[in-house]
Amino acid sequence: MATAQAQMETKWWSGGKSPFNVEYGKLMMWYFLMSDAFTFGAFLISYGTIRFSQNYWPDPNKVFNAFPFAGHANLPLAFVSLMTFILIVSSVTMVLAVHAGHHMDKKGVVKWLAWTIVGGIAFLACQAWEWTHLITGHHAVLMDGKIQEIGTTVSMNPWGAEVPGMLHNGEHVTKPGPVAFGGYFFGITGFHGFHVLSGVVINIVMLVMVMNDVFERRGHYLMIEKAGLYWHFVDLVWVFVFLCFYLI
Amino acid sequence: MEHPAHPEVTFHHAPGGDETVKRIIKTTVILSVITLIELALGFWIYFMHKSPDYSHGFVLFLKGVIVILSLAKAFYIVGVFMHLGDEIRNLIMTIVVPLLLFVWFIAAFLWDGDSWKNLRNTHGKTKPATEQQQVEPAAKKPGGVE
Repeated sequence: MATAQAQMETKWWSGGKSPFNVEYGKLMMWYFLMSDAFTFGAFLISYGTIRFSQNYWPDPNKVFNAFPFAGHANLPLAFVSLMTFILIVSSVTMVLAVHAGHHMDKKGVVKWLAWTIVGGIAFLACQAWEWTHLITGHHAVLMDGKIQEIGTTVSMNPWGAEVPGMLHNGEHVTKPGPVAFGGYFFGITGFHGFHVLSGVVINIVMLVMVMNDVFERRGHYLMIEKAGLYWHFVDLVWVFVFLCFYLI
Repeated sequence: MEHPAHPEVTFHHAPGGDETVKRIIKTTVILSVITLIELALGFWIYFMHKSPDYSHGFVLFLKGVIVILSLAKAFYIVGVFMHLGDEIRNLIMTIVVPLLLFVWFIAAFLWDGDSWKNLRNTHGKTKPATEQQQVEPAAKKPGGVE
C-alpha cells in the first residue's frame, strides 16, 4: 500500500525515469506484441469481410469434425478443444516459470519451461495432423458437370452446399465452396503456427541459457519474463483464431 | 537498487508468494470454465443447425455470447498471465488505447463485406435482392450469368 501511495505521488513525466516503470526490453516487447496484434487483427478482419460478402460459408462443424485414430467418426469441435487446452496449459506452465524466475529458483524455471516447450511441440503436432487431414481428405464435389474428388487447399474447397439427392460412395456430393476459405484458414493458422514455432525456439534458447546459469550470474530472470510475454500472446491470438474459425 | 542494470524501473515488484500461485490457479480454472461454456454453446449451435427451421436470430445471439466470452478470456490472459494488470497506469494505457482502433476497424470492414454481398446479389442494385442466390443454383440455367 505504501508503494501504491508513492507511485501515485510520483511525477512520472518529469524526466529522469521511465514513465512506464519497466525496463527497456520489456516495454519494447509490449510494443512489438501490440503491432503483432494489429497484424493478426488485420488478417482476421479481412477474413470476416470476405465471409460477410458471401451468401454461403462452410460450416466449421462439418469441416473440422475429425479426430486422430477415430476414423470417420463425426466429432465436431473435439480436436480443436484439445488443441485449445494444450495451449492454455502451456501458458500456465509458462507463467509458473516466470514466477519461479522471480524467486531465483533455477530448478523451478527449468521444470516449467521444459513443460511449456512440450506443450508447444504438442500443439504444433496437432496442427500438422489437422492440416494433413484437410489437404489429403478428399470429398466428392460436382464441378463442371462431373463428380471430382478434391481436398481442401488454398485453391480448392470441397465444402460447398450439398447437391440435393446426389450421393457418391455413400457420401453427399457438394458444390465447390468459396475458394477463400482454404487460403484464410491455412494463411492465418499457418501464421499463428509460425508464431508457436518461433515461441518454442525462443523457449528452448531460454532453457539452454538457464541451464548454463546465464541468468543466475546476471542476477535476474527478466529474459524469461519477456519470453513469457511472447508465449502468452501466442495463446491470446489462438483465443481469437479458435473463435473466428471454429466456433462462429 | 536491487537491479542496477535497470535504472528505468523506479518501483520494483516484490516477488509474489503463494498468493500469486493461487491467483494463477484461479485464472487457469476461469479460462478452462469459459472455454467449456464456449464449447457447450458451440455444440448447441451445431445441434440447432440440424433442424431446417432454426432461429437465425438466436444463433446470432449465441455467437455474440461466445465473442464476449472470448474477450473475457483475452482480459484474463493479458491482465493476469502477462501481468499487465500489475503495471502502472501509464503502461496499461499506452498498450490498450491504440487497440481501440479495432472497434472501428471491425465495424467498417464487416459493414463493407455486407454491402459487397448486397451489391453482388442485386447486380449493383439493378435487380431486386434475392437471398441465397448462390445457394440455390438449381434455378440457374447451366452457363448462366454468374
